[in-house]
Amino acid sequence: MARQTPLYEAHKKLGGRMVDFAGWDMPVQYAGLIPEHEAVRTAAGMFDVSHMGEIEFRGKGALEEANRLITNDLSRCADGQAVYAGLLNERGGFVDDVVAYRFNPEHIFICVNASNTQKDFDWMAANAKTVKPVNRSADYAQIAIQGPKAAGIVQRLTSTKLSDVGTYRFTQGQVANVECIISRTGYTGEDGFELYCPPKDAARLWFALLEEGKGDGCIPCGLGARDSLRTEMKFALYGNDIDDGHTPLEAGLGWIVKLDKADFIGKSALEAQRKAGVTRKLVGFELTEPGIPRAHYPILKDGQKVGEVTSGTMGPSVKKAIGIGYVPAALSAEGATFHVEIRGRPVAARVVKTPFYKKP
Amino acid sequence: MSNYPSDLKYTKDHEWAKKTGSAVAVGVTWHAQDALGAVVYVELPKVGAQVKAGESFGVIESTKAVSELFAPVSGKVVKVNQDVADNPGAVNDDPYKAWLIEIEPANAADYDALLDQPTYTKLLESAT
Repeated sequence: MARQTPLYEAHKKLGGRMVDFAGWDMPVQYAGLIPEHEAVRTAAGMFDVSHMGEIEFRGKGALEEANRLITNDLSRCADGQAVYAGLLNERGGFVDDVVAYRFNPEHIFICVNASNTQKDFDWMAANAKTVKPVNRSADYAQIAIQGPKAAGIVQRLTSTKLSDVGTYRFTQGQVANVECIISRTGYTGEDGFELYCPPKDAARLWFALLEEGKGDGCIPCGLGARDSLRTEMKFALYGNDIDDGHTPLEAGLGWIVKLDKADFIGKSALEAQRKAGVTRKLVGFELTEPGIPRAHYPILKDGQKVGEVTSGTMGPSVKKAIGIGYVPAALSAEGATFHVEIRGRPVAARVVKTPFYKKP
Repeated sequence: MSNYPSDLKYTKDHEWAKKTGSAVAVGVTWHAQDALGAVVYVELPKVGAQVKAGESFGVIESTKAVSELFAPVSGKVVKVNQDVADNPGAVNDDPYKAWLIEIEPANAADYDALLDQPTYTKLLESAT
């Protein structure tokens, strides 16, 4: 039996088409993937991301403890700042990719993927030395509102001055009289917020945002649009583009790894890999012949399998068949060509600059 | 809104079929295009290809999914709708105008054995 978020009834009421996602009953679309995708690029869209997990470290040494588990460096952040980071195993592979929030050095809040919540919590609990993690996932619903109109919509519902909350910054305040963590983060490539609130208030916040945003063209969006929006940005999806067998250096996420900070799990493996050089890289490519790349399709060079597609779609904004996949380092430069095997047929592809989508 | 013309035949795989002279035109139903979402790619056989009833003759893809197309009847492909291959969104605009291929059936009785509209719509109701 799939789990339901506090917004399940809201999705039903709004005509969301529900599917099982990581054990959760989630809306894959409402009006349709393409209008939802377009709304986020040009106006605003809302996503229920309550299925995501939240894990907290609190008390003396919380920052040091969390910092030993993730690749990015919370000691270099200000209070009220969040960072994207890897949670790695000893081999440098991803246990998960996370966003870590620094409330203060004694309060670190980490948002993790729904499918990994229990695994991440167990991993953190097993590796935490002094400050133990607390799984707060049941205490938070989360609504993402994304798009060029998102900030204006949220601003009309809060007395918090949002112009003071920069990208990857957060604060606490009321939105539509609901107590929230107001975080200027997202997974779409657009400006916007992710609002963490008590589950009992989630529907009230959802409908308040929807009502306030109506005149701006704000609509509810499903997981389908979330996936096409993030693919156009080449944002990694755990389980597709990154997993426990791939490192941040291979995934092109060297920028979230701070090798000059104090020790963290996976650091020595990454140092060794950096020294030796990565042999495969995650690249973005477009097809130059008809077809659409999909996850798990083989990548071929001279008829031999040399890699695999990890994500792919027809990008609704870029209007091209785009894909992400691991290829040998020698094939990773912009302009490099290879083939993607689609139903037994090789289809030509070319490595392109990412993100695929650039704001007009 | 959902729409299943009574002068068409249907398959349990959500294709429609219609007699056009000696050939049978084939497309996907309103339900199929609705379930797929925005159709962005269609892969069709070449004229002259042999297809078999119940077996895949092509592929239809939306932004999020890949689905196979199944032939309602066995026979030879005599026409392919290149307009739909060039503009796959036509399937969503009107799935009954957007025929995909025409098949010259090997056995005319195959067509008569397909589902009629009341049977197909009942099948849809029982599935939801």
